[in-house]
Amino acid sequence: MHLGRYRVLALLAAASIVASACGSSSATSTVAPSTGTTTATATPAAAASATGLPATDTTVYPRAETLYTSGKQWGAPSTWNPFDGNSAMGVVGLQYETLFLYDPIKDAYTPWLASGGSWDSGKTTYTINVRQGVTWSDGSAMTAADVAFSINIYQNAALGSTLFTFVDKVVANGNDVVVTFKGTPAYQEWMQALYNMPIVPAAVWTPLNTADILKSLNMKGIGTGPYTYKTAAQDRMVWVKNPTWWATKALGLTVAPTYIVDIVNSSNNVALGQLLAGGLDLDNNYLPGIAQIVNGGYGVTTYFAAAPYMLGGNTAWLIPNTQKKPLDDAAFRRALAEAIDPNNVVVKDYGNIVAVADPTGLLPVWTKYIDAAQVKSLGATFNTAKAKADLAAAGYKLGSDGFVTNKDGSAIKLNLEVPDGWSDWMAAETLIATDAKAAGININPTHPDYGTVVNDRNGTSTAAPIFDLVINNDVQIGNTPWVYYDYIFRQPQIAAGAARNRNYEQYDNKDAWALVQKLDQTPVDDLATMKSICSQLQKIQLTNEPVIPLWYNGEWSQVNNSVWTNWPSDKGAQVQPATWNGYWQMGAIYMLTNIKPVKAS
Amino acid sequence: MRRYFGRKLLTYLMTFFVAATIDWLIPRFMPGDPVAQLVSRSNGISPEQAKALVDYYTRLFGLDKPLPVQYLNFWNSLIHGDLGLSVYGHGTPVTDMIMAAVPYTLALLIPAILLSWWAGNTFGAMAARRKWLDNTALPVGYVLTATPYMWLALVLSFVLAFSFRLFPLSGGYGFNLEPTFTWLFFTDLVAHWVLPFLSLFLVQFGGWAIGMRNMIIYELESDYSRYLEALGAPQGLIRKYAFRNAMLPQITGLALQLGVVVSGSLVTEIVFSYPGVGHLVFAAIQSNDYFLLQGIFMFIIIGVLLANFIVDIVYVVVDPRTRVAMRGGTA
Repeated sequence: MHLGRYRVLALLAAASIVASACGSSSATSTVAPSTGTTTATATPAAAASATGLPATDTTVYPRAETLYTSGKQWGAPSTWNPFDGNSAMGVVGLQYETLFLYDPIKDAYTPWLASGGSWDSGKTTYTINVRQGVTWSDGSAMTAADVAFSINIYQNAALGSTLFTFVDKVVANGNDVVVTFKGTPAYQEWMQALYNMPIVPAAVWTPLNTADILKSLNMKGIGTGPYTYKTAAQDRMVWVKNPTWWATKALGLTVAPTYIVDIVNSSNNVALGQLLAGGLDLDNNYLPGIAQIVNGGYGVTTYFAAAPYMLGGNTAWLIPNTQKKPLDDAAFRRALAEAIDPNNVVVKDYGNIVAVADPTGLLPVWTKYIDAAQVKSLGATFNTAKAKADLAAAGYKLGSDGFVTNKDGSAIKLNLEVPDGWSDWMAAETLIATDAKAAGININPTHPDYGTVVNDRNGTSTAAPIFDLVINNDVQIGNTPWVYYDYIFRQPQIAAGAARNRNYEQYDNKDAWALVQKLDQTPVDDLATMKSICSQLQKIQLTNEPVIPLWYNGEWSQVNNSVWTNWPSDKGAQVQPATWNGYWQMGAIYMLTNIKPVKAS
Repeated sequence: MRRYFGRKLLTYLMTFFVAATIDWLIPRFMPGDPVAQLVSRSNGISPEQAKALVDYYTRLFGLDKPLPVQYLNFWNSLIHGDLGLSVYGHGTPVTDMIMAAVPYTLALLIPAILLSWWAGNTFGAMAARRKWLDNTALPVGYVLTATPYMWLALVLSFVLAFSFRLFPLSGGYGFNLEPTFTWLFFTDLVAHWVLPFLSLFLVQFGGWAIGMRNMIIYELESDYSRYLEALGAPQGLIRKYAFRNAMLPQITGLALQLGVVVSGSLVTEIVFSYPGVGHLVFAAIQSNDYFLLQGIFMFIIIGVLLANFIVDIVYVVVDPRTRVAMRGGTA
C-alpha cells in the first residue's frame, strides 16, 4: 500500500544520510582517527593552507596540528577577563603572560616578560627590567608603561587585591619599572605576584579600569602570549597560534600545536572515553582507575611511570571546626590525627596515584623547609592504640556503645562533609570514619551537595559555620610555604560568608600569625631564616593539630601519546603538565614547546 | 467557537501565572547560596579578592534585595522579555544562553516526538492486524517503553559509539569544526544527533506502538465495526474508520507525553554532553543558578502550554464531535 512505500523511502533516505555522515565524519569526530582517514580529512585544510588561508580563518582543524585538552573548564567559557578568577582556560598563560615564570620543582624564577629583576642593597626597592622587543598581538610594542599600568591596576578596589598594603609606588623609568614599598616589603607575596600578575596593554585597559572592571568580558583580548582567541562555544574553548610571539626570537621557543581545543568537562566517564579513543590528548581530570589504564597498553601515560603516577598539586587536609566541642581540645585533635590512616585511603581509594602527606602537610617540593628531626619527635603517626590511650588520658571516657563521650558525658557524633559527586573523597571519608570508629571516635560521613558544604563550612551572613569536619584542598602549590601557613593561621578571622576562604577551622593563635607575617617579610633567598621560622610554625602545628594533613592530592594529568609525544615526565622534561589556572606560569608553557607531533604534518 | 477558544486561553493564562510563580519559588528553596558557590569555585584567590567578587556578583544579580521586591522585579523583567543574568555564565544574559541551546533540544525533541508518534502508531496498527507481528515484535515494544531514557542512552553510547565506533561519543558537533554552511559540518552535526535522537525515539516508539495496538483491537471489536462487517463493508474501510477513532486518545496522549519527554531529553543530553537545554538545566542545578533555572523552566512552561494549545486546535480539526459540541454546547 502507498503508506508502506513512503515509509520505506523515508527509512532509506534516513539511512543514506546516516551512512554518508558516518563515512565522512568518523575521521573528524571525537572517534579515534585512523591513519588513512586522517589524511583524507586533512585534505580540505591542507588545500586551504595551500591557498594561503591563515590559521585564524580555517574552520576545520587538522588533527596533527591540534591539541585537545580537558580538565580545567567546569562550565561554558563565559569571560576572558584576566582579572577574573573564573576566566576561561589559558587566558592567563596562553594569551596574557607574566613578568616571571616560577618552577616549583627547581625553585627557580625564570625571567619572562621581564628580562630581569633586582633588589637594591637595602632590599627596599625592586627594579623590573622590562624585556625589549615584545609585541602585543595587534602589533604594537609592549613598554614599561604597560607593565607599570598592569601592576598599578591592582589599586582598583573591585579587584580586592592586598598588593598595595605593602607596595607604595610603581613608576616606569625608561625601560625599567621601579617599585618602592611601605616599611618592610612582604617579599614572599611580592615574588608570588611577580609570576601571577597578567601584563595587559594600558591603551585597552585604561578606560576599563573602573569599579565595573570585572564586567568586561574581553572576548578578543590583546595579549603578548603564544595564542589568541579563535572561538568558544558552550562546550569548548579554541585558541589559535600567535605567529608573532616574542619568545620565538628572544628565547628560541616555538609552541607546537597550531590549535588548542579545550573541552568543557561533562563527566569523568566521558573524559575517560575520549582519552582512550584518542580524541583527547591531555586530560587534567581525576580519572578513577588510571593506574590500571597506564599499565594496560592504551598508549596513556602519566608524569611518573609508577606510583604515585602524579605530581602533588595541593594537600588534602581534614579541617575540624575548632569552635565546637570536643574539637576545641588540642588533645582530642591529636588523638583524631593518630586514629586516621591516610595510607588506607591512598591504597584502597586512589590505587596509589596519590601519596601520604608528611605530618606537616607541606608538599614534596618544600621538603627543604621541613624540620625532619622535629617531625620525628612531635609528628602524629597512625596508631590506633595510642589514639585510644591519648583519648583516655585527656579525660574522654568510653561509653557503652564503644564511642568516647565528652567530658560532661554528652555523646560525641562528628559529621564529616564532602561535596556530593566527588567520588574519591566520598570513598575516602568512609575509610576515615571507619578508622576513627576503631579508636572510639564516632564520625558520620555525609555528602551534601556542593553548595551546602560551602555554606556549612563558610557560614553565611546570618549564621556562623556549623560544620564539624570537612576535607579541603583549596590552596595550591606555589613559590613559598607561606601560602600554606597563611591558609592555616590567618588572623584576623574573616567574617562568615562567601569571602571566607582562609583558616576554615577558626583557630586563634596570635603567636602563629606573628610568625606567618614574619615569614612573609623574609626574602625568598634567605633559606636559613625561612627554615627557622617554618620550624617554629611546624612546632605549633604539630603540637596543636589545628588541621590534619591527609594526602597530597594529585596534579591530575594523563596523556595520550598517539598524536603528540614528548610529554613532561620525571625521566624527560620536568615541567608541570596541567592546564589549570596558575600552572601555565609555573612552567606548563614549556609543555607546549616540548611536545612533538608523532607524524610530521 | 470564540467562546471555546476564549475559555481555553483564559485557562492557559491562569496556568501560566501559577506555573511562573512556582517556577520563581522553587529555585529559592534550594539550600545553598549561588554567589558563595560561584566564588568558592575559584581556587587560590585571597579572601579580599573573594569579598570583592561576592560584592560584585550580589549587586549584579540583585540578590541583596528582599524577596517580595525580587518577585516583582521578576515579573517586570519577564514582561520586558528579560530573563535575567546567569550565575553559571558569570553574568551572561539567560536569554542568550537559552537561545544558543534551544536549536539542539528542538532538533532532538521535535523529530523524536513526531517520528516516534507516527512510526509507533503505524507499527501498532500493523501489529493489531497481523498475529505473527503481534507475538514477535510487540514484546520488544513493552521492553522499550519500560526502559529508562538514560540507561538506553548509555547502552547505545557504549555499543554504537565506543565498541563499534559507528557514531561519535558526545558533543553537538566535532571538536575540530566550527559552525559553517558546509556539507562536512552538516553531516558531522547529523552524526552527533543520531544517538541522542535514537535514545528518545526508541523508548517513545514502544509506548505508542502498544497504545495503538490496544486501541485498534478495541475499536475493531466495537459495535460500529461489527455492524459495518455485518453490512458487508470491505475490510479496508472498517480498518480506516477504526484507525481514525483510535487516533483520538493518541492525540491526547501526545499532549500529556510532552512533559515526560522533556525530562527524558534532559538526562539523554547529559549522557551525550549534547549542548541543549537539558544540559544547561543540569549545570544550573549544580551551580544553584536561580535565574538560568527560572528561565529554562519558563521556556519549558510556555513550550508545553503552546503545544497543548496546538493539540487542542488539532482536536477540533480532527474530531467532528468536538466541532458540533463547540457550536451547540458551550453555553
